[in-house]
Amino acid sequence: MKGLQIVVLGSIVPDPLQTLEPIAGPTGPALKNELMLPAVLDPWAGHALYEAASLAKKVEGKVYLVALGPKAKLQQVMMNVAQKVPFEIVVLDGPAGGFADATETAKALAGAVEKIPGLDKSKLLVFGGWQSASRGTGAVLQMVGEMLGITDQFQGVDELVLAEDGSFTVLERIEGGCYQKSACQGAPALLGWATGNLPEPPNNPQVGMQNMRLIMPALAKATPSPLKGEGLRYASVEVPSQRRDTRIVKDAPVDDIARELADWIRA
Amino acid sequence: MKVLFLAHSEADGSLGKAACEALTAAKGLGGELMVGLYGAEVQKAADQIAGCGAAKFYGVAGGEFATARYGSDASACEAMAKAAGADMIVMPSTSRASRVAAGVAQRLGAAVDTRLTGLEAADGKIVATRWFYRQRMLGKIERDARPWLVTVDSGCFAACEAAGSAAVEMLNVAPATRTTVTGVIAPAADAQTIRPDAKLLLVAGAGWGKTQPDGQKHLDDASSLILSLLAATQCSLGSSKSLVDQSGEGAALPFLTHMHQVGQTGSTPRHQKGLATCCHGEEPHVVGWRFIGERRAINLDAGCGWAQGKADVLYVADAFAVAKKLAELLK
Repeated sequence: MKGLQIVVLGSIVPDPLQTLEPIAGPTGPALKNELMLPAVLDPWAGHALYEAASLAKKVEGKVYLVALGPKAKLQQVMMNVAQKVPFEIVVLDGPAGGFADATETAKALAGAVEKIPGLDKSKLLVFGGWQSASRGTGAVLQMVGEMLGITDQFQGVDELVLAEDGSFTVLERIEGGCYQKSACQGAPALLGWATGNLPEPPNNPQVGMQNMRLIMPALAKATPSPLKGEGLRYASVEVPSQRRDTRIVKDAPVDDIARELADWIRA
Repeated sequence: MKVLFLAHSEADGSLGKAACEALTAAKGLGGELMVGLYGAEVQKAADQIAGCGAAKFYGVAGGEFATARYGSDASACEAMAKAAGADMIVMPSTSRASRVAAGVAQRLGAAVDTRLTGLEAADGKIVATRWFYRQRMLGKIERDARPWLVTVDSGCFAACEAAGSAAVEMLNVAPATRTTVTGVIAPAADAQTIRPDAKLLLVAGAGWGKTQPDGQKHLDDASSLILSLLAATQCSLGSSKSLVDQSGEGAALPFLTHMHQVGQTGSTPRHQKGLATCCHGEEPHVVGWRFIGERRAINLDAGCGWAQGKADVLYVADAFAVAKKLAELLK
């Protein structure tokens, strides 16, 4: 099937190696030094973007990345992401943190998708991460799908195989390390990606330059999307203190360690 | 307040453990309890919880609802939720229920919060507890909006046991979908390495794939030792991202996939005990171990930032040697 339009929904999250600390902000909880923390593209959104680009290359399709986040941080992250694969970005300038409301986020994203010029829903695949490293609700994609009228949805996807006629098969993760295999007649459909099968593409400066020609104007005309969080109250947010008294067993014979472990496992 | 417990039956018609736990969470809210069940067949599941105190049982059943599929499951849940007119809707966080929960909430105009680890009613308010930023922060939330649909993580509530005989009002639902579930791909029984119900989680870290003191990598030995431990203990296997990535490049353990990954970019499994081997690194690993009760670790660094203060016992030893002896003892 030629000419698929693949819309990837994804945003930024704090670099996973950073230590995160909650603070009380004027509109609810936030992260300490949130705007100073190094950010990366959400790992699951990244998998979705790379899978989208790979698929688009095969079907002469086009990839859009619809991102809701603070545009200054998005610009920083896009300097790197833009070098990975070709895409066109749609920017919504608003909060990307984990404390925003999923429904409000979904409404903003669905509205942005609807406004993509030339959008043809009969050729539309909506991609995104089935989870995120911020809120991690796994809810936004489903709601965006519903708002767009897409009722063929898949979550925890690791593989999508497209046939000539536009139909496709999907492998979704289910419990116990198993996959559920489904066949769908074709677009429109929504897929929440797990890790997929593709490695992170190497940086390609040429792709980066092509992308940045569109990214900078898109950032400049980013739609303000403040999320009010109305009706949602946080009674508390805290980092759990779970420091354990670690007993360190050093210079002990292997046999003794193994015996102690065996007793512990059997108990 | 009307509370609807909404869940799917399993392939054998019964109600799964995660669902029975979510039912306990729903019951704990007080109010008028109702039950909605969907699947190929629901009577067996309804009978399993007939004595839970529900005022009404709704059901959607048939071949169309036998498998986990967004279009059919969402239609079934929507129909039962509308019939019940509930203020609170509680679902389990199984892969099947999680696939549709937020979509159903959208159809109902409901607020939604997923993967709760706590849910309680006090002083006329309902407070939900969930983790943020991949299990790094714990938050308590309240909402004004009703209906409010929530999903509840497994392992947080005791499973409800209340067998009896239930009268189920069956609803007719015609799902709109262009999707057909064609099967489940499961590893062979003897190749199964992810076991959510196992007592022990064994985590293999990147150290297994590193050069050993003799200057060589011993990947074959590492593979056979880990597999022999799995066979001896019937535990579940997890791994760090770095080792999984190595495996994907054909450089490490062939049986590892991204589904084994625990931590910041993987799962956060719940097991009674956890044994980490050759794992290093701090925050990302801690995230993966958040819900492990008793934790022990084997690695060569007594000052390892991940083990210090996070594990109960740290054995500073060669994991190859300990694993070999341990597998022998547990055979």
